[in-house]
Amino acid sequence: MSKIIANNIYKIFGPDPLSVMHLLQQGIGKDEVLETTGHTVGLDNVSISIEEGEIFVVMGLSGSGKSTLIRHVNRLIDPTAGEIIVDSQNIIDLDKKDLINFRRDKMSMVFQKFGLLPHKNIIDNVAYGLEIQKKPKQERHSAAMRQIESVGLNGFEYMYPNQLSGGMQQRVGLARALTTNPDILLMDEAFSALDPLIRSDMQKQLLELQVKLKKTIMFITHDLDEALKLGDKIAILNGGRLVQVGKPEDIILNPADQYVSNFVQDVNRAKVLKVKSIMIDTIQGSEGPKVNMNDSIESCLPIILETRSKLNVVNDNDDIVGSISDKEVANILRKN
Amino acid sequence: MVLIKFMVKFIKKYSNYILYTFLFAIFIFLLVNGYQNSRYKPDSLMSVLGSTDWLLNWPKWLDVRLMHWTNDGFGSFIKAYGKYFDVVNDFLLGLIYGLKGILVLAPWPMVIGIVIAITFFASGRSLYTTTFVGIATFFIGFLNPVFWDKALETTSILFIGIFLCMSAGIPGGIAMARNKRVRNFFLPVLDLAQTIPAFCYLIPGIMLFGLGAVPAIIAIFIYAVPPLMRLTDLGIRLVDEEVIEAADSFGASSSQKLFGIQLPLALPNIMQGINQCTMMALSMVVIASMIGTRGLGDEVLLGLQQLNIGRALEAGISIVLLAIVFDRITQAYGATLQSRRGDREINKK
Repeated sequence: MSKIIANNIYKIFGPDPLSVMHLLQQGIGKDEVLETTGHTVGLDNVSISIEEGEIFVVMGLSGSGKSTLIRHVNRLIDPTAGEIIVDSQNIIDLDKKDLINFRRDKMSMVFQKFGLLPHKNIIDNVAYGLEIQKKPKQERHSAAMRQIESVGLNGFEYMYPNQLSGGMQQRVGLARALTTNPDILLMDEAFSALDPLIRSDMQKQLLELQVKLKKTIMFITHDLDEALKLGDKIAILNGGRLVQVGKPEDIILNPADQYVSNFVQDVNRAKVLKVKSIMIDTIQGSEGPKVNMNDSIESCLPIILETRSKLNVVNDNDDIVGSISDKEVANILRKN
Repeated sequence: MVLIKFMVKFIKKYSNYILYTFLFAIFIFLLVNGYQNSRYKPDSLMSVLGSTDWLLNWPKWLDVRLMHWTNDGFGSFIKAYGKYFDVVNDFLLGLIYGLKGILVLAPWPMVIGIVIAITFFASGRSLYTTTFVGIATFFIGFLNPVFWDKALETTSILFIGIFLCMSAGIPGGIAMARNKRVRNFFLPVLDLAQTIPAFCYLIPGIMLFGLGAVPAIIAIFIYAVPPLMRLTDLGIRLVDEEVIEAADSFGASSSQKLFGIQLPLALPNIMQGINQCTMMALSMVVIASMIGTRGLGDEVLLGLQQLNIGRALEAGISIVLLAIVFDRITQAYGATLQSRRGDREINKK
């Protein structure tokens, strides 16, 4: 059973959303619906499923409905139609009180512009989720301190959010989300407001934390490089419709349509693709240089150029599982 | 059943036209009613239509009877419910004279000392503001020894008025911010309360409570509560949407959001509202001297009646000083609140 399942989600903004449902079901597009009925289509029949412990990236340009989609998972937005199942429970059925408890226990969210509370200092910001749960102050603060340390902000706990830089503020946001120890993290363009160096720093930190924590993370971004770097799976939205879902290499190697291939054509394939996605099964002897199957193609390029021979591909236990030669590398790097 | 369904559909579809027809009918009723009850109505309608005189000057019979209705309605209202207003009157009067009694009884250096202490802490220990307010307070009595007790009386009326404004205005503003319908209802009411000339509030006050301090308090309330309500509403609505979303995403209940986030973040705006409320209340208390409210206002009135320029000037200055004291204290407190979440320096731990 998947951790989060969204089934046939529709979201329409306007005075009478149900009245335009049948237009969408007939396959009429977002622009036409807006023109003829004045209703804005947020999501058009989106279904996804997210497995426990994976980073699921939702990607799309602005207006594609990605921020709307993530807000359905904790019901900051209610769908016009469809169901959202978290841990085998349809959360659309929850009443107000159950919804509040569900939000307290199951998940927390990180925001693009951080959403920190300007009138509270860092430690109280980080402890906010526990304060809402009416936990005693002692417990709140010790839990908050652990997370402040884990994101490397020791010494800043009695400062106020506006005294910190953007990157530090977002670390506070991340620490705040982790303090309640939820199974699920929702990250809405969490790193988009940061400058590139700090962004890649934060991406690295998130991946390092994820190795330890094994949370189920739904991550929204408009940046393909970020999606490829973080995502175990990537979903691409366009105009409220789901265009493609797959592993990063699927997206690059088999784009579902023109929209996706436009997206991926400028990607540095050597950097993103792993050796395992292009290796061939034939094994020939155990001599010769070896590369790990999870390395990027870029990292084995120097060896291939140097030796001009086939390389053996090994898994993490050093068993040979296949081979790779200059021919495969050349094929994959050639742009269509 | 079918008929009812059809009617509901019909009303929904043509609701605009039905509304306009209704309003037009009311207008026609007002015209006919005003004409028929007018003392100046001509002998026959035909004689009007026959001549063009009535088009040149506004005819006396073209007169809506709002004044009659109001006076009649108010008269029977007082006859029926007057005794309840007496209770309110006694209660408010008791409050005012209780407070005034304490203030007047206290030795004047002690009162000045208390004002200075309040200013010192409200302004975040600003020596400049504290000194300034202390001197201003001293000069109220220094200008004319009679003024000191009168200023205290004005102050007690102000306090009660502002207390009433706050206890209704802040919850009212919160309700406006949380519910669009409440806001749509209150906004025109507040517009009305702010545009009707301040004098007009005194008249129903006199009729309900007689002369003195209580009608002044009623007038203060109507006149000074709108800015407080508006600024409370605005302050709450200006709280960053993403901060509210963050609170929601952690499962905050609506009271946790209100008291933990919205009100604290709206506090500088609310303080600004209290400041505005205070200033408007002070101006009303001066106007109210015309209906026998005692205090600094009646000194101005006396100066005016006796053509005693010196006295009027002294009284005017003392009112300004009182205004400065109130303004500085509330402003300084608002600024202190603002700095607590705003421009705090990093190395000022």
